[in-house]
Formats: sequence, C-alpha cells, structure tokens
Amino acid sequence: MKYNAIVIGVSSGGMSALKYIFSELPVSFSIPIIIVQHISAHSDNEWINLLNDKSNLTIKEADEKEKITTGKVYIAPANYHLMIEKDKTFLLTIDKRVNFARPSIDVLFESAALAYRDKLIGIILTGANNDGTKGIKIIKELGGIVIIQDPKTAESPTMPASAIEAVQTDYILSLEKIVQLLIKMTDPNKHDI
Amino acid sequence: MTKEETAELEISLLLEAIHRKYGYDFRQYSKAHINRRIKNRMALSGLEDISQIQSKVLKDETFANELLQDLSITVTEMFRDKDFYRSLRENVIPILKTYPFIKIWHAGCATGEEAYSIAIILQEEGLYDRATIYATDFNQHALNRAKEGIISNSTIKEYTANYQLSGGKETLSDYYISGYGSVIMNQSLKKNIVWANHNLVTDSVFAEVHLILCRNVLIYFDNSLQNRVQKLFHESLVNGGILCLGIKESLRFTDFFKKYTELDNKQRIFKKKY
Repeated sequence: MKYNAIVIGVSSGGMSALKYIFSELPVSFSIPIIIVQHISAHSDNEWINLLNDKSNLTIKEADEKEKITTGKVYIAPANYHLMIEKDKTFLLTIDKRVNFARPSIDVLFESAALAYRDKLIGIILTGANNDGTKGIKIIKELGGIVIIQDPKTAESPTMPASAIEAVQTDYILSLEKIVQLLIKMTDPNKHDI
Repeated sequence: MTKEETAELEISLLLEAIHRKYGYDFRQYSKAHINRRIKNRMALSGLEDISQIQSKVLKDETFANELLQDLSITVTEMFRDKDFYRSLRENVIPILKTYPFIKIWHAGCATGEEAYSIAIILQEEGLYDRATIYATDFNQHALNRAKEGIISNSTIKEYTANYQLSGGKETLSDYYISGYGSVIMNQSLKKNIVWANHNLVTDSVFAEVHLILCRNVLIYFDNSLQNRVQKLFHESLVNGGILCLGIKESLRFTDFFKKYTELDNKQRIFKKKY
C-alpha cells in the first residue's frame, strides 16, 4: 500500500462530517487515521465514544506515547496539541494555542508530514477559520497527497477554501467522494493510485 | 546521509552543545517537540540551518537564553482541568488534614499559576498556615515571573471561569489586586510558597514531602527520563504521600506503577504504598 496514515483537520460542522465518514468506511479499512477536531477546552471525550458507537472502526482518544497501529482512528484530546514522533508514537503537549486552537491542525499536520513524508494523506474538511492551511502546505512539500472538502459542500467553507488557495490540491471533493476515494486509494490490491 | 538525517544529526549536536556549555539537558526530551521549537526559533532569528543556531548558541549568551526559553515548557494556567481540582478538594485535602504540617512540592511550576491555585485551595480549606509549597523549575526567568505573581487582565477572565467550574468557594478576585491591565496575586498567598531553582533532569531529591504535583511536564520527556523523574518523586514522598500527574499522563509505563494505589484514576491521583 502506498500510504501509511491519514490526517484529518476539521472544525465547525465537523461532528456531522465525521459521523458520515465513519458510518461509511468499512471494517476492512486498515490505514490509521489521526484527527484534530476543534473542540472546547472543557469538553470531555464523550463525543468520541458516541462517534465510535456508530463506526465500523475503532475510534479512540490519542494517548500519550501510544503507538499508532493500523485499523485504528485517533482523535486529539481537548486542550492538548497532538503530535506524531518519527517512531510513530503520539506526543501530547500543552504548548500555546496555534491559530487560537489547542489542539491545532497545523501542529498535527506538520509533525505528521515529518514522520510520514510521502506516505501521508492530508485532508481538510469543514471549518470557519484557517487552521490547517500551513500544515497542508508542508504535507504537500514533503510529498504527501492533499484532499480538501469542496467548500460548496462544506457546512463552513472558510477552512477548506483557505487551504485550496494556499496549495496545489490533489483532490477537491464532496464528503461522499472523499470516502470513495479513500477506500480506492488504500486498497491493498491496487498500486496505481 | 539524507537531508533529513543530517538535520537530525544537527539537532542532536545542538542539544549536546547546550548541555556541555550551559548544563541544561534536553537530550531526552521528545524529539518532535524539540524539532518544532528549534524550527520556530530558526524562522524568528532568520538563521538558515541548525548548525548556524549551534554556532550562535555557543558564542552569544543572550541568544542561548532565548533558545532556553523556547525549549522549556512555560505554558500553564490557573485551575486547568476543573475535575482534577474538584478531586483534589474531595480526595486529597482530607488526607492532608491529618498532618500537623504539610509539605508540598510543585515540580515544574513554570510561571506559577498552578502553585497559586493550590495556595488558594489550601486557604479555603483552612490548611494554608501549616503548609509550605516548594514550587520549583529550572527556568529562572519563569520563576522570577512566578514570584512576582502578575497576571494579565485578559487571562484572569479565563482563570475566573476555571476557578468557578472547579468548585471555588469564594470569588477569584478576593485573591488579587487589580492594577493597570493586569492583576497581582495577594501577599497572603505568596508567604508560604518557596520558589526554588531545581532541574528534574539533573538534580536530586531535596525534601521529603506529603504531596507532589507535576502536571503536563513529563509528557515532554522520553520513557527513560520519565522513569528517572518518577524515581525522584517516589523517593521524595512520605509513605502514603500523594502524587498528582496531568490527566493525560500515566504511571503505567514506568517502573513505579505498582508502588502506588490509585486514589482517582481518571484524574491521575496516586497514593504511595506503605
């Protein structure tokens, strides 16, 4: 398989977008997914459990120093930045907010790009700010592939629009098409995409 | 050697240089963290590669001091994690009440916001006058700011919300005096706090204490350094003493997991076994 990980950055409107994606991805989907969803600092992780209940995959909060394994979906905890080390373990930090956000999409994407280089798929979905734009540029620079939700189909178009403006985007698609593409791209029997 | 491997080598040499020249040891900090902070400094200072940073660090002490601030962890909040502070009041304060005098070590206190939070709780629970809080950090600049106890008006608003959510019994403004654009913490909170320079990476045990708080510091360390610090904590605590970690931190992967019982597992509050 060409890709080893997927990172997703999503903000306002993200709950329904994520719910859709994870109700559609099949249980056989084995590539790990790591997500930053902007969320209140005081939020608990109950929403992650709810998302997990509706999904074929195992969705959990990312733990400190946890080893990233295939077939799992990890979400950044509230009020921590989530980073990936080169040995594919997680680092949580309480560093200053970036783009007014902690967790910040840029912080995850930048570290993920360094850890996975051209084996990474970066995705920006609905959101009302421009977090993730800088990160998606780095993913592209280091040879990863970039998928952005078509702003016309996003609940909040600002974040995907900002990313599209900044980078040569590989795919601009609706959520439905993104899911189809991910399944195709990560199919172990296909090597041509 | 690829460009990437060269950059890794440069970072490792830079950390070695900082350690040998200034005695600060970041060699066992998380690599992704160090990498991010060094690249930020590189962008801010207009230097082109990490070797240039190394050269500047060795010759320019002002620059070295800036980089030291970058690498150390100085972000902190008053009453961060409301449920932790609620649990501290419910589960830890009753234990502290059984001691005639109370010694608390707040390790890695940065600019002191959590030490002041603990001081406020001790006052509200009637324990302050028989308590000493040793608040330590290796970052002298942060310690000096902690000692001053000055907090900007914009952040104090956020802390007021945190305080109320965490079960505060008074109003936070009882504990500070407002000035121009900022507030200053009351002298009555400061008098039993001892601010001291201590480096968790290189220094040893300095006191026997009843409670240790070290929250969101160890997440920046690798496993073997975490183990070193946990040994230090275990040796510093009295039997039955309490250890509080950040809510995303764990004892599970250290050698000390079996030497504590869980007082509140979710809030990461542990009690040293007798």
